Amino acid sequence: MIKAEQLHKAFGAKVAVQDVSFSARDGEITGLLGPNGAGKTTTLRMLYTLLRPDRGRITVDGLDAALLPIEVRRRLGVLPDARGLYKRLTARENIAYFAQLHGLDAELIRQRSDALIGALGMQEIAGRRVEGFSQGERVKTAIARALVHDPRHIVLDEPSNGLDVLATRSLRDFLRQLKAEGRCVLFSTHIMQEVAALCDRIVIIGGGRVVADGTPEALREQAGERSLEDAFVKIIGAAAVGQLA
Amino acid sequence: MSPALAVYVKECRESLRDRRVLLNALILGPLLGPLLFVGLLRFTIGHELEQADQPLPVVIIGAERAPNLVAALEQQGLKALPPVGDIETALREQRVSLALRISDQFADDWRAGRPAQVDIIYDSSQRAGGSQFERLRGMLENYSRRTGAMRLIARGLVPSAASGLLIAPRDQATPQARGALLFAMLPYFLILTSFIGGMWLAIDSTAGERERQSLEPLLVNPVAREQILLGKLGAAASFSFTSLVLGLLAFSLAARLLPTQRIAMSLDIGPAVIGSILLLMVPLVVLIVISQMLVAAFARSAREAQTYVGLLQLLPLIPSVAISVLPVTPQLWMYALPLIGQQLAMLRLLRGEPVTAPPLALCTLMTVVAAGAAFLVAKRIYESERLAVNA
Repeated sequence: MIKAEQLHKAFGAKVAVQDVSFSARDGEITGLLGPNGAGKTTTLRMLYTLLRPDRGRITVDGLDAALLPIEVRRRLGVLPDARGLYKRLTARENIAYFAQLHGLDAELIRQRSDALIGALGMQEIAGRRVEGFSQGERVKTAIARALVHDPRHIVLDEPSNGLDVLATRSLRDFLRQLKAEGRCVLFSTHIMQEVAALCDRIVIIGGGRVVADGTPEALREQAGERSLEDAFVKIIGAAAVGQLA
Repeated sequence: MSPALAVYVKECRESLRDRRVLLNALILGPLLGPLLFVGLLRFTIGHELEQADQPLPVVIIGAERAPNLVAALEQQGLKALPPVGDIETALREQRVSLALRISDQFADDWRAGRPAQVDIIYDSSQRAGGSQFERLRGMLENYSRRTGAMRLIARGLVPSAASGLLIAPRDQATPQARGALLFAMLPYFLILTSFIGGMWLAIDSTAGERERQSLEPLLVNPVAREQILLGKLGAAASFSFTSLVLGLLAFSLAARLLPTQRIAMSLDIGPAVIGSILLLMVPLVVLIVISQMLVAAFARSAREAQTYVGLLQLLPLIPSVAISVLPVTPQLWMYALPLIGQQLAMLRLLRGEPVTAPPLALCTLMTVVAAGAAFLVAKRIYESERLAVNA
């Protein structure tokens, strides 16, 4: 379980995130939905302790991220916004490097790598150098690298960015599988269909604030709209109007 | 495996697969210095030897007035050239480099036993002017001494009575020391080699990693930033040190290929000297790579980092030039300055002189202190938010 309480972060005079609270539960997929520049990446970066919130608190399984950042990172599998791989290493070597940094021994690294390479359908590319990989192959490698230590919590920043329809589809299946294993999955996106297809719970962020939080059904009811997309537009629109007023 | 070791192994492995890093650290860095050096020295030494062996061409004005003198000079290696019109102009226009004018009264003076006048006409601002002038003057003085002695004997006197002093120069410079004078820039080349060896890795593993978007994922791992910094530093230092070892070996080989013995110099870069220099350079290599990584961490892109790090490697040139140009007597306090201390100590080692414990300890201690301070600054930068998140 990941819990964010009243997070606030400013870069100089620009306030990126204010008063953001939500939680992501185990065995559920939580979607952080919002337009570009809404503060999704900044929020996630605070969750995985790359940034320190100016105010507020983050806990992962009850552990305070400000006090125990390394313990918190140990429990997270993160696919950040920046997902550069080491192009002169093979996919398998890229995965093994992060596994070593997690302190896994060689035998466990082999087992976990094999399992992920199988689950993500990477058998063909595992031994090849990353240089020249397609976008989909890169994302798969980056996901395998992020999950090699078998984390309970998975945080993904715009995971389907740059993926084609087929790759997006297999990514969704993979996230559902993680959910079925009882893990806590939290991802951000600006694409409506993404959350509609996957999420048990949606947190809508606009202008650095949480403007709505609930199940897809609850959000539809809240906005009085039949489709989730209309609900999204209405909620984001209302928030924007509220900011102007 | 400790996290720092994992980072170290990965950085080394990745760099060994990078042709650009290999070329710079293992080939260009170590070989550039020695090659430049050997080329330059061969040219200089070859030129000097050639000049000493070859006949000295001199325009002689009035050769018919002193045939004996001219014959004696020719025996000593002079090549008499016929007079040209206006000798001063010819000299200025560099058609002639040296001329000898035998005075009109030469024969009269000679017969009367008076000193007979000869003029040496030369231009000391010309490159070869000075050394050629010295050679000709030496020949003339030889002749003058010999005929003078014969005149004294003819008058029944002992020639040595004419000399109040017997001057015998005894140069205390050992052949090694003379060689080291020639090799005064060698410490700079060695330090430069260390710079080049670590440079690519230092840039690539900080600014380069950020530019390729792999720094953020790396920092998300449950590892203290200090460990990541240590691993990267270790890898850069290893490459820098390898460069230095190869560079030293290349210099050692180069010293053997040079005809240094022919000009009474010797440059012996044997195992003992190599070992001492490597030991001396360990803390400096660490300081160099920390500085490079610090500078690279400040840069916004790898290209910008290259510019800064490139400027950084001109830094050791300043003490090198100062040491070889200014008549500085090394003082103990100078060893306290990193870069300068190592250069002074290396110069002594190359001259075949021992370096005593106090300067060595001072030099090492101060460099370690400087490296420690630089590490703390680098650690602060690594722990700051702006390292991974470029605004």
